[in-house]
Amino acid sequence: MNCEEAEVLVHALIDGELDAGHAREVEAHIEGCAHCAALMKEYQEIRQAIAESDVRYKAPLELRRKIEKALPQPQAAPSRRSVLRGFAMGSAVSAMAATGLVAIVLRNDDEQRIENEVVSAHLRSLQAGHLIDVVSTDQHTVKPWFNGKLDVSPPVIDLTAQGFTLIGGRLDYVNAREIGAVVYKRRQHVINLFVAQTASTDRKSAKISTLQGFNIRRWSDRGLNYWAVSDLGADELTEFGDKFEGAMRANKEG
Amino acid sequence: MVVKASQDDPEKARRFREAALPYLDDAYTLARYLLRDAADAEDAVQECYLRAYKHFDSYRGPAMKPWLFAILRNVCRAEYARRKTAPTAVEELPEGGDQTPLWNEAPETPEKQLLRRFDGDTVRKLVAALAEPFRETFVLREIQNLSYREIADVAAVPVGTVMSRLARARAMLRSAWLAEQEQVK
Ligand SMILES: [Zn+2]
Repeated sequence: MNCEEAEVLVHALIDGELDAGHAREVEAHIEGCAHCAALMKEYQEIRQAIAESDVRYKAPLELRRKIEKALPQPQAAPSRRSVLRGFAMGSAVSAMAATGLVAIVLRNDDEQRIENEVVSAHLRSLQAGHLIDVVSTDQHTVKPWFNGKLDVSPPVIDLTAQGFTLIGGRLDYVNAREIGAVVYKRRQHVINLFVAQTASTDRKSAKISTLQGFNIRRWSDRGLNYWAVSDLGADELTEFGDKFEGAMRANKEG
Repeated sequence: MVVKASQDDPEKARRFREAALPYLDDAYTLARYLLRDAADAEDAVQECYLRAYKHFDSYRGPAMKPWLFAILRNVCRAEYARRKTAPTAVEELPEGGDQTPLWNEAPETPEKQLLRRFDGDTVRKLVAALAEPFRETFVLREIQNLSYREIADVAAVPVGTVMSRLARARAMLRSAWLAEQEQVK
C-alpha cells in the first residue's frame, strides 16, 4: 500500500469501517511510514477535539411548537383545544408562557389521561431494548446526559444504598412533550420515574393510584411533577418515593 | 403549515411524535450546517417534519434519523436552488469536483506539536467553512455519528464516494485548523 491509498483508507480505519484484512494493511503501512502515522494521529486529535466541543445546535422552542401545532393533537378535549388556539393566536405570548399554560390547563382535567400515558410509556419501556438510552449506575453520568436534551433536566439520585438501584435514563414522550425518565430497579422490578416541568411551584404530597395493574405514585415539588410507575406493590413504591423525596431534601440542605 | 383532514389521525400523530421528535435537535443541527443560516434552518426543519409526517405511513425503517435526514437534505437542496438566483449563492464545487484526487492537496508534513483546542464557536466556524459536499459528509459522520452506509443512503451516493469525500473533508479541516492555530499564535 502506498501513501496515496493510505491517506484515504486511514479515515475508514479511524471510523472502524474497514474489514479486518484492509485494516491490517493500513496499519502495516502506518507502522512503516512516519508521515502517515503522524497524519493519523492529527486526524484522531481533531476528531477528539470536535467530539468534546459544543458543535451542536438546539432547536428553538418556537420551532418545536410550530411542528407540534401542525400535527393532529392527541385526544384533545374541546376545552383545552380552544384554550390552546387562544394563545397560539396571541403572538405576544412567549413560548415559555405557552408551556406554562399547557401545564395549568392540563392539571385541571387531564390528570387521568396523563396517568394513562405514563403507564403506556412504562409498558413501552419494558419492551426489549427500550428501557434505557443511557446505561449507568452513576448519577454523575446520567444527570449530564439529560442536559441539553430537555428544557429542565430531571434530578438523578442514586438510591442504591436504600435498596433501589439506579440503572439509567431515557427520553420519553408524554402528553405530546419530551420528558425525562430515570430508571431504577428493585429485584427484578423496574421503576420508571417520569419527571416533567410544571408552572406551579406548589408542593403537592404524594398520591398512590392503580392503573392497568401498575401502581403510580404521583407528587409535585419545586416546579416539577413526578410519576413513579412500577409493578411493585404500593407499599414498596411508597417506600421508593419517600426515599427519593428524603434524598432530595438532604441534597438541598446539604 | 396545515395538515390535511385526511392526515388528521391522532394515533398516527402520536406514533410520529414518538418516533421523530426526539431527533429535532439533530435535524436542526444538520440544517444549520447545511444552510448556515438560523432562520432558513428553522424553515427547512419544519418543512422536513411536515413531509416526514405525510410519508410516515410508508416509513419501514430501519433507522428514523437517516430517514429524516434524507428528507431534510432534499428540502435543503431546494433551498440551495432558490438561493442560486439570490445574490448570496452558496458555493458549490463544479460537477465531479469531489473526484479530484486527494493528493492534489497533499497534506504538509504533520506538526510535531500538539493540536490546539478551540472553543465551540471556533470549531463550528471551521466546520461551517468547509465546501459542499464535504461539509455535509463531515457533519453526518462527526457530529451525527452516522455510519458510511447511512451517509451513502442520505446523500444518495456510493459508499466509496462517502469515503473519498470524508478524506477530503478531514484534510481540508486539518489545513483550516492549522491555519487558525497559526493566526491566533
Ligand atoms: Zn504513508
